[in-house]
Amino acid sequence: MIALIDYGAGNLRSVENALAQLNARATIAATPEDLARARAIIFPGVGAAGPAMASLRDRGLDQAVIAAIRTGIPFLGICLGMQLLFESSAEDGAACLAVLPGTVERLTTREKLPHVGWNTLEHVRPHPVLQGMEGQAFYFVHTYVVVPRHPTVTAGETTHGVPFVSAVARQGLVGVQFHPERSGTAGLRLLENFLRFANVEAAA
Amino acid sequence: MLLKRIIPCLDTAGGRVVKGTHFEQLRDQGDPVALARGYSEDGADELTFLDIDATPQGRATLVELVEQTAHEVFIPLTVGGGIREVDEIRTLLRAGADKVSIQTAAVRRPELITEGARAFGSQCMVVAIDAKRASGKDRWMVFTHGGRTPAGLDAVGWAREAEHRGAGEILLTSIDADGTRAGYDLELTRAVVDAVQIPVIASGGAGHPKDLAAVLTQGRADAALAASIFHSGAFPIPQVKAYLASQGIPVRI
Repeated sequence: MIALIDYGAGNLRSVENALAQLNARATIAATPEDLARARAIIFPGVGAAGPAMASLRDRGLDQAVIAAIRTGIPFLGICLGMQLLFESSAEDGAACLAVLPGTVERLTTREKLPHVGWNTLEHVRPHPVLQGMEGQAFYFVHTYVVVPRHPTVTAGETTHGVPFVSAVARQGLVGVQFHPERSGTAGLRLLENFLRFANVEAAA
Repeated sequence: MLLKRIIPCLDTAGGRVVKGTHFEQLRDQGDPVALARGYSEDGADELTFLDIDATPQGRATLVELVEQTAHEVFIPLTVGGGIREVDEIRTLLRAGADKVSIQTAAVRRPELITEGARAFGSQCMVVAIDAKRASGKDRWMVFTHGGRTPAGLDAVGWAREAEHRGAGEILLTSIDADGTRAGYDLELTRAVVDAVQIPVIASGGAGHPKDLAAVLTQGRADAALAASIFHSGAFPIPQVKAYLASQGIPVRI
């Protein structure tokens, strides 16, 4: 069972539609119990860090997400859903889940912000979910970026005037700054990679 | 590097795609969902639905259309046409739109831009500006109601205000160029691009891949929106993108 975390902030619909296109059914997880039953988790995100964290805490989902990730469950964080895994965000000065060491900072660039549009994923580190993604273009919409404390977490980079970390990975956990559910064929392939990875892990 | 976006625009009415010249003479162009799917497969970077049928009945049809499209198309979708309230924005976003485009209502009540941006984020709020050159001047005036009503606003100044109020992007249409297929208004585009920090989508006048190249380079637009050049089949998206790439313009192939 793939759980899609619903914390009232993100638009789950587009991720749900993309999974349906890949013949996968996701269940909406709005409580810690829902998450505890999941075999794989997708943490989508649109919105701002402060309200999103408040909403997660209100529902008791913050501790549930941390506990789930600790079990090594296949986990995909998308955009804000990746950012919230770090310790804190300069957006709203929010304290986050601190699953990954590092912070979320406003991108310092001479280019336009927010960074909106298609950009390429580069320097991809080998991971089953990111297989075949080197050089592919994905759809981005964001102003803040993750700054991992340890470079070993970095799994891919993108350049918007300056290079920034656009993918992270640590064992079963993968995070991407872009929106695979809005990135056409390349995005669907990444989600398919994740589904395959989750199935393999579930069978093991 | 951030790539330049190519955005087919589907003007819809009563659940069908229509396109006129100089905002008039509407002609039926087909089923929106099928067209949207085709464009997505062809490599469109985004899609825009502009509903020109502003009746309540038309609105319900539009919401259905967005839902159907969102089930099949996995690139960003912008929806506009007659949006006046935050609740309407919410309904369209829930139906699967990624952004909404507001125009007349933003001119009438600019607070709507801020309200939408606060509720859903600036990235959702596209402010559409239809502009017409003031005769003999390097100045453009804003029009609403499909280009019929002068708003009494300078286009460059209004773009700045829209940004200040929380717009995430400007969709800029030249009324003079729209439907002519004689090229975008490069001066208008450049004037607005230079005045704001947010992305500008240029619209109106595309007749040849060269026109898109010009507006993305000389006009410095972040994205080029076009309708008839794609609907007519004259220049399919892969051909347009191959041409842009050959001109050294970064696009997603």
